[in-house]
Amino acid sequence: MAVAQENAHPEGRSSSPFWTIARRDSLAGFLFIAPQLIGIVVFVLIPLGLVFWYSLHEWNVLANTFTYTGAQNYRMLMEDESLLEVLGATAIFSAGLVIFNLSLALLLAVLLNQRLAGIAIFRTLFFSPVVVSLVAWTIVWGFLLQKNGGINGMLLTFGIEGPNWLREETTAMISVIVVQVFKNVGLNMILFLAALQGVPKELYEAARIDGAPAFKQFRRITLPLISPTILLTSIITIVGSLQVFAQIAVLTQGGPGLSTTVLVYYLYQQAFQFHFFGYGSTLSILLFAIVAILTFAQWQMRKRIVFYES
Amino acid sequence: MLYQRTLKTTACALAILGTFALGGTALAQDAVNLRMTIWSANEAHLKLFNEIASGFKKDHPNVSVTYESLPFETYTTALTTQIAGGNAPDMAWIFETSAYDFVKSGALYPLTDTLKAAEGYNLDEVSAGATERWTEDGKLYAYPFSTSPFAVFVNNDLIKAAGAKTPAEMIAAGDWTWDNAIATAAAVAKSGKGGLVVRDFNYQAWQYLTSVWNGWGASPWSADGKTCTMADKPMADALAFIHDAVFTKKAIPGPGETVDFFAGNAAMTITQISRASLLPKEKPFSWDLVPLPKGSAGEYALIGQAGIGVMQSGKNAETAADFVAYMTNPENSAKLSQFFPSARKSLLNADILKKTNPLLTQEQIEKVVISGIATGKVMPGHTGFAQIQQMVRSNLDAVWRPEADVPATLQKICGQIGPLLKR
Repeated sequence: MAVAQENAHPEGRSSSPFWTIARRDSLAGFLFIAPQLIGIVVFVLIPLGLVFWYSLHEWNVLANTFTYTGAQNYRMLMEDESLLEVLGATAIFSAGLVIFNLSLALLLAVLLNQRLAGIAIFRTLFFSPVVVSLVAWTIVWGFLLQKNGGINGMLLTFGIEGPNWLREETTAMISVIVVQVFKNVGLNMILFLAALQGVPKELYEAARIDGAPAFKQFRRITLPLISPTILLTSIITIVGSLQVFAQIAVLTQGGPGLSTTVLVYYLYQQAFQFHFFGYGSTLSILLFAIVAILTFAQWQMRKRIVFYES
Repeated sequence: MLYQRTLKTTACALAILGTFALGGTALAQDAVNLRMTIWSANEAHLKLFNEIASGFKKDHPNVSVTYESLPFETYTTALTTQIAGGNAPDMAWIFETSAYDFVKSGALYPLTDTLKAAEGYNLDEVSAGATERWTEDGKLYAYPFSTSPFAVFVNNDLIKAAGAKTPAEMIAAGDWTWDNAIATAAAVAKSGKGGLVVRDFNYQAWQYLTSVWNGWGASPWSADGKTCTMADKPMADALAFIHDAVFTKKAIPGPGETVDFFAGNAAMTITQISRASLLPKEKPFSWDLVPLPKGSAGEYALIGQAGIGVMQSGKNAETAADFVAYMTNPENSAKLSQFFPSARKSLLNADILKKTNPLLTQEQIEKVVISGIATGKVMPGHTGFAQIQQMVRSNLDAVWRPEADVPATLQKICGQIGPLLKR
């Protein structure tokens, strides 16, 4: 290298050039990730910092006042009587969504993982809601779930009088979960399908020779080998379930009572409807903490639930 | 030589460009673009607003006004989000329910001086009752440009087909009461169509039930706004009546049922008279417009209001106030009153209203519009209305089921909103 440098600089300058190959490579690397990095800084990290800053203030938008109040919003969080009910609704929604979404996605993936004529049509059919506009999807479901809507009309042809789906606490929560699952199950289904197709066929062959029944093959071969995908989909689904907003806003507005008021909808109400931007920011910090803890916990659990990591 | 010529030419060109640039800067500085947020996207409304803006431009050539239509249901939320984002409009429509929030917060620019100084404006003829909610410490903070009474639109075809009495017949016989109105609605509902629809209520925006419970003399809170009166007898009686009409008599479509009067699917609907524009032009039905029925507390009327305010934080608040003065002067108020009845006394006569409301008969104008505006109470409002509204709404959900305990729910509501009212 020293010889090469001397050759490159016949004048005999002793210092090495600033733009070494390694530096050039790093610069190129940084330039490649810069758009993404700038995006994260501007749209994620700075707003996150600002939200924390706002959470220490009482911000009255109409009066245009912004007063430092220290931990007052956090004390309010501890004393908020509605918050427990809201967190309960959020937990029920997330648990229901994750269980229903993942099991349905896995079932569909197993059913569609067959070499049959026209199977691609079914795969497209189940995936298509993912690309439909969320609000349009929810509005159509809103009509279907009315008391005199399409679903009850269909039930009536079988002589069944359907419930008032969006107006009773239990059915409202079930409706919101089902609408959300049908919207996004296709995405998890595709991920599971890809994972299923990655399972080596020889393992099943060996199991069959050993006389293992189908369920045992699924339990002992399929599940362990697709466990990284199960972890990935469950993290995505849980994080997504905590951020649900449009479905609640369109279908139930958090009702009846507070039964479908999930955390994001509650913080929207506090900040944008009641103009408590400081308290709304405090609730977003709480949401951030919950998502961070859940993601961290799942990541830690991967050693126990994931059979292997590539 | 060539060098000198080039230099001169360049200097000349720069001088000419410079003059244009300076002139351009001066023009740009003078140009004022005002933005008004509104909750109507009706083409006829926008056409009239744009005409008014053009009229203002004649005297103020540098001022342009644009209107931004925001969705009705989420209007106030969208407006406050704009304000929070540092993108407040110069002028905004404000609902009567959130009037106190805007007027008392200091968000609005005081209009009294500008309106009084405007030539031929005559602010004194605007009734004090109409400006009360928009005034603080003797200063008017928003102009109530719309004072629209609630009334009952009637589909006589459906009522006659069901063999029931029409409201007009009941009015003639002197028995246009809530009991009889519900009896007619129940008869139509039995025939398979909808009975009576309280428009915009949807079992969520409970403030629209004011058009019913005022007949019992009920009110959600005391006149000074400090005490909850939801659990008092008039409110308990009124809500028990509504509950019975919904779940026992089936005269009012229940929660989760969508019935549109203007599509010809219901016997009656309570709404503001400005909704007459929704009456069908193709396949019309025989319709009528009548005052609200008599309740146990006697005859009553209810008006909905809308104000126009100028945002204090805007750079051009003074010019915006001038525009509000122009938009609501007697001449333009007369034009606006075809959609938004004016609170100006000179415009509250049958001849003028007949011209601007060609769909209504002389009798309808006198009995519903003029008398409604003269005697009507304004929809309830309160500081922090959105929070109170949400708290009452989530609790009232317990009332909107067949086996509801109305008095206990109302007690619970008072327990919850009591501290908010005192704030």
